[in-house]
Amino acid sequence: MNNPIPQSEAGNDQSEALLAQVEQAVAHKQKLNITGQGTKSFLGLINEANALDVSKHSGIISYEPTELVITARAGTTLKEINNTLSGYKQMLAFEPPAYGDNATLGGTIACALAGPAKPYLGGTRDYILGCKVLTGHGQILQFGGEVMKNVAGYDVSRLMTGAMGTLGVLLDISVKVLPQAGYELTLVQETPAETAIKDMQALAGLGLPVTATAWFDNTMYTRIAGTESAINAAASKLPGQKLPGNMTDSANLWRQLREQELPFFNNSRPLWRISVPALTKPLDIEGTWLYDWAGMQRWLYTDATADTVRKASSAVNGHATLFRADEKIKRDAGVFHPLPATLLNLHQRLKQEFDPAGIFNHQRLFPEF
Amino acid sequence: MSGQLFKDETLDIDSDTRSELIARFLDFIDDESVLREDEDLFPYESDGLAVYRQKPPLVVLPETIDQVQKILRICHELQVPVVARGAGTGLSGGALPLKNGIVLGLAKFNKILDIDAEARTATVQPGVRNLAISEAVSDLNLYYAPDPSSQIACTIGGNVAENSGGVHCLKYGMTVHNVLQVTAVTIEGELITVGGTAADTPGFDLLGLLHGSEGMLAVTVEIVVKLLPKPNTTKLLMAAFNSVDTAGDTVAEIIANGIIPAGLEMMDKPAIIAAEAFAKCGYPTDVEALFLCELDGTEEEVQDQLQKVDALVRKNNATVIHIAKDEEERLQLWKGRKSAFPAVGRLSPDYYCIDGTIPRRHLSRVLQQMNTWSAEYDLRIANVFHAGDGNLHPLILFDANVEGELEKTEELGGKILELCVEVGGTITGEHGVGMEKINQMCVQFDSNEITQFHAIKNAFDPTALLNPGKAIPTLNRCAEYGALHVHHGELPHPDIERF
Repeated sequence: MNNPIPQSEAGNDQSEALLAQVEQAVAHKQKLNITGQGTKSFLGLINEANALDVSKHSGIISYEPTELVITARAGTTLKEINNTLSGYKQMLAFEPPAYGDNATLGGTIACALAGPAKPYLGGTRDYILGCKVLTGHGQILQFGGEVMKNVAGYDVSRLMTGAMGTLGVLLDISVKVLPQAGYELTLVQETPAETAIKDMQALAGLGLPVTATAWFDNTMYTRIAGTESAINAAASKLPGQKLPGNMTDSANLWRQLREQELPFFNNSRPLWRISVPALTKPLDIEGTWLYDWAGMQRWLYTDATADTVRKASSAVNGHATLFRADEKIKRDAGVFHPLPATLLNLHQRLKQEFDPAGIFNHQRLFPEF
Repeated sequence: MSGQLFKDETLDIDSDTRSELIARFLDFIDDESVLREDEDLFPYESDGLAVYRQKPPLVVLPETIDQVQKILRICHELQVPVVARGAGTGLSGGALPLKNGIVLGLAKFNKILDIDAEARTATVQPGVRNLAISEAVSDLNLYYAPDPSSQIACTIGGNVAENSGGVHCLKYGMTVHNVLQVTAVTIEGELITVGGTAADTPGFDLLGLLHGSEGMLAVTVEIVVKLLPKPNTTKLLMAAFNSVDTAGDTVAEIIANGIIPAGLEMMDKPAIIAAEAFAKCGYPTDVEALFLCELDGTEEEVQDQLQKVDALVRKNNATVIHIAKDEEERLQLWKGRKSAFPAVGRLSPDYYCIDGTIPRRHLSRVLQQMNTWSAEYDLRIANVFHAGDGNLHPLILFDANVEGELEKTEELGGKILELCVEVGGTITGEHGVGMEKINQMCVQFDSNEITQFHAIKNAFDPTALLNPGKAIPTLNRCAEYGALHVHHGELPHPDIERF
């Protein structure tokens, strides 16, 4: 178990080729759109720049099951990573949504989306350990590392996580992994939204192995995961009926929620993702709602104006992302919640320090850069 | 680590500037909170790393956010450096004063402002002690997870600045994983709030960036921390082995078997003997290594995991296996580990604590090399090790009164840190770079990476007034240091002019 897993055969180090393309773009002041397999290209504003295709920069570089760390190139697919981890009964605990068959690790980290386990096991930024990044200075730099405790220098790896590629091109990424739970089951209980919000928050305070809670169709769903004896004991202490079927049925429910494949997501109206503090009451916006993350991540299909959605979200110290909508609506409304002026200013200054020519993912995150 | 290499080449603050600062601070801060007499200033001359000392020209102790903003605006206007300080327990010289700057003490920001039992959050001022948070919420069956060994004294603001860890990091993370929101003041006196109580925030992870930034980007004035429910059950297993390698391999097997212990602490023979002599906690002293493996969770989960761990240590021929029979004994066994530093301190007039992290698979190589160096330098080394996450704390025993011994110790410490980098680890797991490890930064990072760090600081603090000279070395410093430490025949930072 102590030997590193060898580099996968399909592995392919394209960093020099990518560096050459970036140098060329900097020299000619051409903007670049960093792309992998395009599974998350819907997120953020689209621009017309040339693609910088990172998908061929792929392959697992090392995997140390006993040290809970995997390092892979940005173009490595989540599928390959998940399969490799499964071989050692381990997993990416932040359960990143793939939104397609070939989602890559690079896009996963750049978008920092996380699955149902996020409030319980942490989000993408909680698992990043290190990265190699190609900056707008035409330099390949390495930050963080492959160890869990590391406070040397500023935490650039976390800064890159969720930056939507605006600060540089992620090349190689190290993330912490965790053991898979041996057993899981889901409890189901009919509950109105207001009660579910309180119950979901309270459940996580009981010290029981709750790893996901969601509410939709007037029903609260609770996932518990761990050793079989612990889960059976916990189930007896929690409200709700066991979801019919076996462990696979439980896993499927949460996979469908994560991948937006539940019937709820068959809807042609704009889809908003609203992030709010714990215990926030239902917001008064017309539309259909699904609550994930103990009610802290809310999916909303609505035709309400962006202004209405954003004001209601801000009023409860939350924020709203226009997650899926046609390009014109996104362009008019902006995708990510606007920042206060002081923070926007810091974002712009950081952008300037990483990508002075402004070539990477122009306006993908915010219209100002 | 560079007692002899640490040279503060800045000039003293000029007396006119100092007088102007005093006069302007006294406009809005009471007289006793603007410290300017030697007897008041001496207590601030060092932090927890007392081998570095510098009496500050001025210490100011504000108690409101508005005062902090005004102080920073004045310092920005007059271009005077500012060193923020909490309890001064840091172990890397991060709060070492500067000859030409003020110390901004946040000790008066010591209030817990709000506890939200249902949301499980606490809003605290930066000068609140780490342990005080857990004490304040204990009756609610909650606690704050990160537990650096100085938790009785260290402040939460300092924890954010250093991204402090502790013995429970493997399962519960470091400070950055347990803080939801930080309100801070920039050098320009602007108030910013990063992170938030919502599930996440739009834009860059500035909350992550501020953690571990060692007071170089902004001054923290308010923090919202996440509270966790106390685990229903906690069990502690002690296992001792006749070789450090077997102990290390057993740790790897525990993790490979799908168990994430709440704490997994290893000690080598010198550390065990010292801790037992000091704390009389029941450690066997005729073994080469022991670890404490703490498991927490529901009763059933802990029982399942305890059985697995017990079977693994038996398979690997542990010479002593003991499960704490009750809470009292559990705390007694922890007491030995937690008092390892003072215990080792009794063996020798002085000791120097190192803080490197290594991939655990290289433990044996690193320990063997340390033994060789220990003999070469004629300095004893005791090792305590956060085995779950690879964070190693070698304690070098020395006598500062013996001429040249401190310098020898620092050189040995530097070599150990560089070895950590060589095997794929890092020069600091949880104590920070500060002043102490600034030269080793040049070993871990190349010139371009260090330049990018300076660029990040530039985005926040373009005139480099917040804790300048700490954490990130200048390229010139690296060139000087590199000239002393040519590695594998390669000249580090070859692009820098040398002198």
